[in-house]
Formats: sequence, C-alpha cells, structure tokens
Amino acid sequence: MFEESQCRFAASHEWVFVAGDVATVGISDYAQKEISDIVFVELPAVGATVAQGKACAVIESVKAAADFMAPVSGEIIAINEALADTPELVNQSPQGEGWFVKIRMTDSTELDGLMDFAAYQHTLS
Amino acid sequence: MIQREKLSIEKSVPGRRGVRVLPASRPAADWLPERALRQHPPRLPEMSEFDVVRHYTRLSRLNFSLDTHFYPLGSCTMKYNPRANEAIAALDGFTAAHPSAPTRALQGTLEMAWRLEQMLCELTGLAAFTLQPAAGAQGELTGILLASAWHRSRRDHRRTEILVADSSHGTNPASATMGGFAVNTVASGADGRVNLAAIRAALGPQTALVMLTVPNTLGLFETTICEIAQAVHEAGALLYLDGANYNALMGLVRPADIGADILHFNVHKSFSTPHGGGGPGAGPVGVAAHLVPFLPLPRVIEKNGRYILKSSARKSIGRMRTCLGNVAVLLRGYAYLRSHDAVALRGIAEDAILNANYVRVKLSDLYPAAIDEPCMHECVLQTNPEQMRGVKTLDVAKRLLDYGFHAPTIYFPLIVPEALMIEPTETESRETLDAFVAAMRAIHAEAMTDPEQVQTAPHHLPVRRLDELAAARNPTVAWGATIP
Repeated sequence: MFEESQCRFAASHEWVFVAGDVATVGISDYAQKEISDIVFVELPAVGATVAQGKACAVIESVKAAADFMAPVSGEIIAINEALADTPELVNQSPQGEGWFVKIRMTDSTELDGLMDFAAYQHTLS
Repeated sequence: MIQREKLSIEKSVPGRRGVRVLPASRPAADWLPERALRQHPPRLPEMSEFDVVRHYTRLSRLNFSLDTHFYPLGSCTMKYNPRANEAIAALDGFTAAHPSAPTRALQGTLEMAWRLEQMLCELTGLAAFTLQPAAGAQGELTGILLASAWHRSRRDHRRTEILVADSSHGTNPASATMGGFAVNTVASGADGRVNLAAIRAALGPQTALVMLTVPNTLGLFETTICEIAQAVHEAGALLYLDGANYNALMGLVRPADIGADILHFNVHKSFSTPHGGGGPGAGPVGVAAHLVPFLPLPRVIEKNGRYILKSSARKSIGRMRTCLGNVAVLLRGYAYLRSHDAVALRGIAEDAILNANYVRVKLSDLYPAAIDEPCMHECVLQTNPEQMRGVKTLDVAKRLLDYGFHAPTIYFPLIVPEALMIEPTETESRETLDAFVAAMRAIHAEAMTDPEQVQTAPHHLPVRRLDELAAARNPTVAWGATIP
C-alpha cells in the first residue's frame, strides 16, 4: 500500500508516492469511484518520457474514457503489468495493487506544486 | 408482457426449409474442383419461411425506435424522417443508376448533388462543399486533411497541433490524432463556454486548427465565437466548426459569418435522414474560398446546363470515399431542404430551441441544469444521487425505458457529473414533451420513496439490467463461443 498520508496529489486526481528519485503513481480513491468500473488501462512503454500534466495513459470504464496525466516528469522505469488482465485492481485497491507506473523523476521540485492528502481532500469537499 | 425472442439459430430444426430448391441438374461435385467444395454444410438456422417472418416481426417490435418512441438523445438530433423523402430516395432513376455509368446517364444524380452543394453553400456562406464523407467523423478527418494540405501549401511545416474544447465530441480529438496531429485540450470556463483567454494562451505558431462545436455540447452558444475566430486567424491557424449541433443554427446563423473556415454537416441529424444503429450517414464538408483547391475529387461541375465530374486538381487531397458518397442519404437531405423555404428552415431551429428550453424549465427544479440559463437545442441536466437516495443518472435512464421513452444521452459531456443530455428536436409535440416530463418527475418521486425500484430498472422489458461491466471485460461476440 502507498498510504494516502504519505502521498502527494494532483488536482487531476493522480497520487504520487516518492522513494528516492522514483515516483510510483496511480489514481485516487475518489477518481476510481467517479470513473466507475474500469475495463481497460492503456499504459505507456517502459523507457518512455513523460511530462508533468500531459496525458501518459488512458483509463476506460463502462461510463467513459479518461486520460491519466503524469503528475511528475521523467522516464517510465516500470509499469503495472497486472492491469492488462485485471484492470479492476484500480477499483479494488487504487492506492495499492492498482498503481499505474513508476517514473524516475527529472525534477523533484515539481512535487512542490502538488497537494498533501489533507489539501487534496479539501478540494473534494 | 413482451418475451425475449430466441435467436434464429436456437429455433433451428434440422431439415426444416423455407424454400425448396430443385436439385441441380449437374451436381457441383461433377464440375467444381475438390478444393472448392464444402466439407461441411454451412451452420445456418433451418427454419420455415413463416417462422422467419414471425421472428423478424417480433424482433422489430422489441426495438426502441423513432417510429415508436420519443427519442431525446442529446447531440444526435433524432427528428422525424418525413416519408416523402424515403419515396424520393427509392426512385428507380436513383437506386438503379450504376455509379460507374457515363455522366450523360447520371445527369439526375449529378444535378441533385450539385444543387445540394449550392444549398449548403447558401445556408453556411461557405464557398464550396464536398459531399463525399460518409458521416461526421469522416467529415472531421477530411477537414483536418484539408487544413494540413493548406498549411503545407504555404510551406508552413510547424503546425503540428490541433486545439479542441474539453466539452468536445470525442471524435474531435480522435480525428485530430488520426490526421497525425497532437491534441491540446482547452478548458471551459464556469459559464460552460470555451474560455477566450485560454484559447489565446494556447494558440501559437504550432497551431494548425481549432475545432469547436457551436452551440457546444452543453447546448450553449459560444458567445465569444467571433473573438475566438479572430484570434485563431491572427495566429495563422484555421477554425473548424463541428456541425453536429447545427439544428440550433439553421436559418439563424451562417457559419461563415462567425469565422468558420471548415465545417461538416451531419445530413442524418440536421436534415432528417434515418440514423442510429450504425446506419449510413453523410457528412458533407464545406470550406471557405482559400481551401476550395484542396477539396476531394471528383467534384460535380455545371457547364451549360450539363453536369460533369471534375477529376483532377493539382492541390486536391484526393478521394475520401467511392463515387459521390452515400447518395441515398444525400438525396433524403436534398428532399428535406427542398421542402422547406427560408422561413420554415428558421422555424426548425426556433422550435428546436423552444422545445429544449420547455423541458429544461419543467425539470430543472428536480434535475438541476448544469448551466442554469436559457439553452439552445438541447439541455444538460444532472441527477444528484445525494438528494435522490443514491439513485444515479444511469438508473434514471434505465427506468425511463419502463415508461416507454428512449433514454437521453448520459454521462456526456464529460465535464458534467451525472449528466443527462436531452435534445427533444422540433418535431415533438407539446403533449409528448409533457409526457416525458411527467415520467422524469415520476421517477424522481419513486427515487424518494423506493430507490431500489429505480436502481433495479428496467422491470417491464424483455431483458432486465444488463451486466455492462462483464460485457466490457469479457465480451462474448459470437453465438456458441465458449464463455471464459
């Protein structure tokens, strides 16, 4: 699990868990509820470069398709292969087994522009 | 109570036949090579003719269709399709014409296409149209290829990006990507309109095209469209108008007057031809004068009262579709336009706007409008699950089926939570609108007293609530296939 209290959040509902220069990212519990039952997640390739705030993955649910915005810039060093066959992990465990990708960050100051859990919760109310 | 109809293959009885075919005078095995002979008979249902007639008649009665039900599907303009248009489209002179016949044998079809183009030019103020695109999305791709060719002809190779609104139809960014462009999405403001400042900030030497829908998918007129068009042109880009919502502008606004360089029509929406269920459409694309040389070929030209096909033009983007496009759909649109004069065309838009506002005002106390102000031809309302004991938009839509109404468009536009997008069109009577309003209000009352009744709907249809999640995750698309 990537405890919510240990994560930072983007206004577009992605979370970031940082260990060294590696950021593990996924979507928030609020986001998975809003998008409803997820049927497909299209992840970028390992090695791809992503930029903060730009779409880097696509989430499809029974309701709609939505872009997943990279919450930090960097290089994709791992993707959650399990989502290919079991996208429902994102619904079941958005802060755990439903993580999306790991990004080697190129600019850790980008984290300053993200919210802590309390601030993120405040934006939802 | 309507029962579920079995599949024809489930009704099959070995040896049963509709038509008795006489045995061949020479069995195929005598004269066809071995490799061309079937090893096993085809797996087709074996039924009597009478069984087949009943089967399809029953299936037709299970349909929710425009001919049987009010169909307020937002952004789709499900208006009445006059039967006179069907009769005209079925005339032998059109249906029996071979597309490759010499033009002297196709004068009627060519004249229809030429006259339709003139009418579309008059409605829009644009210089010329291609009738080829098969529907709106192909029209968008055509428009994007035209913009691309125009920039290239000016040796401006920096234009790699297309701007779309966050309220746009999903086809806009999809077509842009298909055309080889990067997509930049511009956020709408709190008033539900594209933010002029955001457009200005996003425009640059990389912008090839800006795609907007007017009125937008919230049913609102883009009040700064002229300023947007000016900014787009000052940045050296082109303005594309998605004509999906043209029903609200018919006879009221000429798109060229608000700065459109390229526009597609959906003949099957605005000009009343049957659609839905993936049936054929037609998506003519109109352009301003500077883009005419790039239009697809062939183009119908009038010369001394004769109609010919112009098949070469140096700058043309080439062919988008075979022949003249979906001629039978274009013919219905032509007949529709011919049966309305200028006053009647304006009346279409005015009545479509009036009907949408009537529904909005009659329902917005229970289902609040996403933007609470007069709308154009459609209104976007919302279900509030917190105030309706957990009942969501999907539940309301399913329950409407029990009341004998096709559901409106739901969960679109994406920027409105729990959206119900209702487009009544001009062809519905006040009585029908009142009945729909009464059903929506009754569903709200049910939600307050017995939410489960709504959440488990439909109750009176041949099938109950379908498991859309299982269908999306584990689709079984062939009868008899193994279910994983």
